[in-house]
Amino acid sequence: MSSLAGAAAAVAAPSVYSGGSSVIALGVLLAEFGMFRQALLRDQVRLYAVQSGLISVLAILVAAVRHLPDLYVLAALSGALKVVIVPIVLRRLLRGIGRAGEDDPARGWTEIAGSGSLGLASTVLLAIAVAAFGFFAVSALHIRSAVLPPAALEISVSVALVAFILMIMRRDVASQAIGFLSLENGISLAALVVAAGLPLILEVAFLFDLLVAVVVLELLIRVHHGRAESLSTADLTSLRG
Amino acid sequence: MEAVVLLLLILPFTAALVSLRAPAAAAEAVTAIAGVTCFGLVLALVPEAAHHDLGYLSYLRIDAVSVVFLLATSFLYAAVAVYSIGYLAPSRRRGEAGFSRYSRQFYAGLNLFAWTMLAAPMMSNLALLWIAIEVTTVVSALLVAIENTDGAAEAAWKYILIASAGLGLALLATIFAYYAGAQVLGEHYDLSFAPLLQSGARLPHTPVRLAFVLAVVGFGTKMGLFPVHTWLPDAHSEAPTPVSALLSGSLLAVSFYAILRYYQVAAAALGPRFPRDVLLVFGIASLLLAALYLLDQRDVKRMLAYSSVEHMGILAIGVSFGAPIALAGVFLHVLAHAAAKGNAFMGAGVLVHKFGSKRISGISGGLDLLPWSGPLFGIAILALAAMPPFGIFRSEFEIVEGGFGASSNVAAAILIVLVTLAFFGLSVAASRMLVTPRRAGLAPGSAAALVRGEPSAWMVVPVVAGVAVLLVLGVHPPAELTGLLTRAVHQLGVGA
Repeated sequence: MSSLAGAAAAVAAPSVYSGGSSVIALGVLLAEFGMFRQALLRDQVRLYAVQSGLISVLAILVAAVRHLPDLYVLAALSGALKVVIVPIVLRRLLRGIGRAGEDDPARGWTEIAGSGSLGLASTVLLAIAVAAFGFFAVSALHIRSAVLPPAALEISVSVALVAFILMIMRRDVASQAIGFLSLENGISLAALVVAAGLPLILEVAFLFDLLVAVVVLELLIRVHHGRAESLSTADLTSLRG
Repeated sequence: MEAVVLLLLILPFTAALVSLRAPAAAAEAVTAIAGVTCFGLVLALVPEAAHHDLGYLSYLRIDAVSVVFLLATSFLYAAVAVYSIGYLAPSRRRGEAGFSRYSRQFYAGLNLFAWTMLAAPMMSNLALLWIAIEVTTVVSALLVAIENTDGAAEAAWKYILIASAGLGLALLATIFAYYAGAQVLGEHYDLSFAPLLQSGARLPHTPVRLAFVLAVVGFGTKMGLFPVHTWLPDAHSEAPTPVSALLSGSLLAVSFYAILRYYQVAAAALGPRFPRDVLLVFGIASLLLAALYLLDQRDVKRMLAYSSVEHMGILAIGVSFGAPIALAGVFLHVLAHAAAKGNAFMGAGVLVHKFGSKRISGISGGLDLLPWSGPLFGIAILALAAMPPFGIFRSEFEIVEGGFGASSNVAAAILIVLVTLAFFGLSVAASRMLVTPRRAGLAPGSAAALVRGEPSAWMVVPVVAGVAVLLVLGVHPPAELTGLLTRAVHQLGVGA
């Protein structure tokens, strides 16, 4: 009898909440994949903002359904930082660099430099394989959360792994930085699943830390651009051995 | 004691603020005073921490393990603060354009860097520990970039990207540690370390296992464990020498400290077998890589950087042996490595300054030309290669003894072989730089024109202090220190 009930539960349709949250989590992963096909850094920044926005929406959903009022504050702060401030910082950076390179359009300053070793299609295939690996590896661990369906955690690990592929395969400093920021988004998603009750003060400290990291990344991108006169990392090969 | 702890947190930060505004001479004086005072303050903590834990404001918790790492960091902070006076003196004398800006940035960064590394081991909370370590990355990446050369820009970019990605994994580890803790301690658990450790055996196994492995890979990125060490030689070789010394002696150690905290939790929850095996694999791989790379290095600072990878591997292996004597060796090794590697970098800085080249082939006859720094650099290399009577000899001896005692005979034998290999690499390169007589005409205009003499006394005094520390650690560690190390070994949970 009990096994029958268990089987019934396994095939039962998910609730609106768990279905909706899984869809949002999937949206985060799709945004991550979308970053692969963007040819312009501007669009990639926009996708990052969308992805961050989705995570804030999910946080609000969790806050409303699971009665965790702290998460409203977190959603607002993280939205303000990752949907507004960080994209503004990145766009200002790109505009400044673009103006400096205007006299030489052939340099392609806002174009994304892909990997030299793998084409776009192979890269995406690799990313799909890695994402699937992350998804099934984490689902085999059976980590259950009272807050969100487990699929969200599995997807969050996929997002983080795909972000690694993005950072590895891109050969320009700006999209490597965006790869790192979207890695952080994947981790935020994981945190919503398994650490929703984390005290607000620590979450705020994490966000503040992200802000500092973004400022320093921006500074180093400027330093790099000032020296190499491009965003490409193709010349960063003098230090080896 | 409360005042001591608060001063340790306030002083370097204040020094950083002062350095940002004050003229260069004031900044260097303030930095040197802050560095030496911090070392004194940590020394004052030693007897206290050897007997009981200190905790303040619910966010600060200092036990014997923390104080070991505070000692290493504060000693190097004091040493490089004094060394920097001599290091920057030539640019100031030449009145280089932009010097005052450079020195402001340099001193503010140095103090901030030391501040974050002193703060990290005091945190009572795994989340705050992660934040402190992430801030060390951000500050030190700026310090790596400060020379504003192509090499420095490349090294800084690789460093911040690789280290931040690694710390991303460490953040996942933190989150899983919270998940594990919340299963036992309730939703309002705040990632404090002490309750997590106390609830040890009741923690769910899978998340703890996951958290530990993620922490080893994540914090291991900053500690320089193979295969995520790749930023390390670049950053160490391109940073200004005082920063290289801090990176190697303190920053790597502070990341190791974070791994030790996760080790404690993992050992309490899963038993020591699993975490020790993980550390053994990473330790042996790092040691092997470093020993091989040390055999053929052309750049003196890169050579010292690979030597850091070697010593971090030794630390990981030492913990994996688990015997009390090996753990005592590990803590002693943290201190002795900080002193020896600080000395080696500071000595190498003088050589680089004198010969105007980081390439080992561009440096020769160091013993003749540098009456103090030449022999001192030689001593530092011998100390790094674990020759008696210096501290690293004692600590590696204890680690190996612990390995054989814990019947990890194969690992201990591998350790000995690889350390010997590293010794060859280091000593061949060092003797080439120090003993080989200068050949006139080899490097026209540079080597031939050099005269015997030290560039600055400020660059010698901290190295002499480092040799004194190495001798004390190697010949007869004071009773207070032995007490501290014994308590730290006990806290690391022998056989727990």
